[in-house]
Amino acid sequence: MRDEQAFLEYVQGGGQVETGDWMPDDYRAKLVKFIEMHGNSELMGVLPEREWILRAPTLQRKLALTAKVQDEVGHAQLIYRVVEDLGKPRERCLADLVDGKAKFHNVFHYPTKTWGDVGVIAWLVDAAAIISQKALLKCSYAPYARIMKKICWEESFHILHGRDVILAMVTGTPEQFELVQEALNRWWGPLMQFHGNPIPKDEDPMYVWRIKSQGNEDARQQFLEGYVPQIWELGLTVPDPNLRRRNDGAWEYSEPDWDELKHVVTGHGPRTEERLAFRRRFLDQEQWVRDAVLAA
Amino acid sequence: MIYEVFRQERKGQAFEHAGSVVAPDAEFAEAWAREQYGRRGESNALWLVPREAIHDVEGWADEFDLKYRRVDGYSIKARLKEARERASARTG
Repeated sequence: MRDEQAFLEYVQGGGQVETGDWMPDDYRAKLVKFIEMHGNSELMGVLPEREWILRAPTLQRKLALTAKVQDEVGHAQLIYRVVEDLGKPRERCLADLVDGKAKFHNVFHYPTKTWGDVGVIAWLVDAAAIISQKALLKCSYAPYARIMKKICWEESFHILHGRDVILAMVTGTPEQFELVQEALNRWWGPLMQFHGNPIPKDEDPMYVWRIKSQGNEDARQQFLEGYVPQIWELGLTVPDPNLRRRNDGAWEYSEPDWDELKHVVTGHGPRTEERLAFRRRFLDQEQWVRDAVLAA
Repeated sequence: MIYEVFRQERKGQAFEHAGSVVAPDAEFAEAWAREQYGRRGESNALWLVPREAIHDVEGWADEFDLKYRRVDGYSIKARLKEARERASARTG
């Protein structure tokens, strides 16, 4: 198969591609862009939580949070491996990341102000992420789909950990309950932006090539359907007066702030600069480890 | 060097390709693979294979229709339906 049209029909029919197979240049470029951003997000995504390891309220929470951080860094390693096989070395991915040339998910550009944020991230941010990642189990690029099995398996533990953190707080003192509500109020906007603008899936090149298997709005609807009832049952309020489930099962909500999303992912989030500086510093500081391992 | 990782979830099951690790030698590769694919006890065994050692077999020409050797070579649904209709017409 050396023909772009035939390739397109093949992947749209559910066909999968291996590393050594011929693929159109555009497909390869889209894969690298998409998968690299996923790897960057895993790597940058641990920083907001890392800030709370030393401040975790109990030893058990500290260990669970540390395990989650290790999982996410492990995901970044697996994902960068896939990108490397597609032709972009990990060193270049990391260089582009710290130079601010590559993107990572909007939710990892925000501060974590309280322990409530840790719960909301592990529960709801990971829930939103697992919806996207489960849809990647059917990715047309098979090596990526295969590592997603392990990633989704570990993410399900993160969601439970987050839910447990939230449950402990909503069943605690009024102040603890308020911490969760306040964190939810701040995270709701970024969560609604997370799955991207609702472009029709047939106009989304990532769907056209079957890198993703669902459209942005499908993912957001799935998130709302799965998690809004769980939020409500705890007595928490979702800070959107227009949020409601229609009789046909679709959710209505206020238009997410797409300008904010664009602004944040292009490197202008409240914590973007600080977190990239942190990565830059550690990349330099730990160069000797990579040198020593590769020279072994 | 790139090592392909194959994992066996439970004893007796087939080994399945899981991903790959980069390491300078087998010892390092083992450390990586244990961490990535075994730290929660999710694997019964792991195989690490240097990528160069894999001999890829390609080209599965099907010049002749050899489907008669396979289950999907037999589409009996329509024939079965017709046979049943004929049988019921005979008895009915």
